[in-house]
Amino acid sequence: MNRANGSSVGKVGGVIIEGRDLVLSFGETPALRGASLSVRRGEIIAVMGPSGSGKSTLLHCLAGILVPASGEVYFDGQRLDTIREAERSRLRRDRFGFVFQFGQLVPELTAEENVALPLLLGGMRRDEALQEARGWFGRLELEGMERHRTGEMSGGQSQRVALARGLVAHPDVLFADEPTGSLDSLSGELVMGLLTRTAREEGSTVILVTHEPRVAAYADREVIVRDGRVTTTAAAAR
Amino acid sequence: MALLGLLDREPSHGYDLKRDYDAYFGRGRPVPFGQVYATLARLARDGKAIAGEAEPGAGPDRKRYAITETGKSEVEAWLAEPIPAEPYLQTDLFVKVVLSLMLGRPAEEYLDAQRAAHLRRMRELTELKQHDSLVDALLADHGLFHLEADLRWIDLTAARLAPLAEEVAS
Repeated sequence: MNRANGSSVGKVGGVIIEGRDLVLSFGETPALRGASLSVRRGEIIAVMGPSGSGKSTLLHCLAGILVPASGEVYFDGQRLDTIREAERSRLRRDRFGFVFQFGQLVPELTAEENVALPLLLGGMRRDEALQEARGWFGRLELEGMERHRTGEMSGGQSQRVALARGLVAHPDVLFADEPTGSLDSLSGELVMGLLTRTAREEGSTVILVTHEPRVAAYADREVIVRDGRVTTTAAAAR
Repeated sequence: MALLGLLDREPSHGYDLKRDYDAYFGRGRPVPFGQVYATLARLARDGKAIAGEAEPGAGPDRKRYAITETGKSEVEAWLAEPIPAEPYLQTDLFVKVVLSLMLGRPAEEYLDAQRAAHLRRMRELTELKQHDSLVDALLADHGLFHLEADLRWIDLTAARLAPLAEEVAS
């Protein structure tokens, strides 16, 4: 959607999103202590690290869900952490997609309504949004599940619906926080295979938080968050 | 055992066995014809396979081999028998960490480098898995799960380096 009008052409030498020296504490507990991360457009990056290392907090700061106490966040060449919340909220809706560990689908809605949600929130007409949403069911091997509700789907199916919802608005960046964390190995494989394939087809950048090496192995490269800082690894991009 | 197992499907010529062995188990390292015929001769000698009448034509591949009852029960027993769950108690990884600590070298840097190398290999295997057949994916998964087990050990070891260093120094 954004790529169509050319508004999302990278402005910082291919870097689409960047956090510089991010610091954030929750009460007395420091979560980020000067974390820096730079991600190029179209890249799939895995953010790894032990529990409590700050990897989810880093994702939330980059996505504009949390605002760091100090440091800077840039998205597409623009400061993300200093703009008004309403503007950040609009950016999140229009340019970012999200997939969390537990799909977080709205149980009162059907699968296709869930997928259409970001489009409806973006002001698209209902019939148009639903039509667009239905196009995703085939791509994510969910044919026939359009009218199902969350209770009628397996964990893996729900997660694929959540993935469709995350990608339906053609986001520049898809943020995925432990997207397979609640799934068995086989469902997890399917979700990761589809996530990386569709994200590449869409040209979306993916920031994938995971503590599972087999999930991280779907990414182009990985970084490790340790004690609130990002340590680079020797791994080269594919 | 793999050849005998393949023979358990149906009586076959050496050539067919080689072709199937290479396709399923060879993984870029084809088994030489000579080894196939030597193995078939040994299996026949041991009563696990039986060679049919030589068929008209030239070359060594003129006999069709069939598995015997003895051969069948051996395959069955082998398939049911778990391989030893090797605890790999003396791996290079382990030796490198202990030696690093002993010699005051940066064990954490070594572990980081090893982690990166493991993850790089895991990416390669994951990439293979996306494009190859399900049988290839099966082998890739075997590698992936083992590498993941190493990584868990690497992470646990990294988290314990300080007390480990003390113990090694004492």
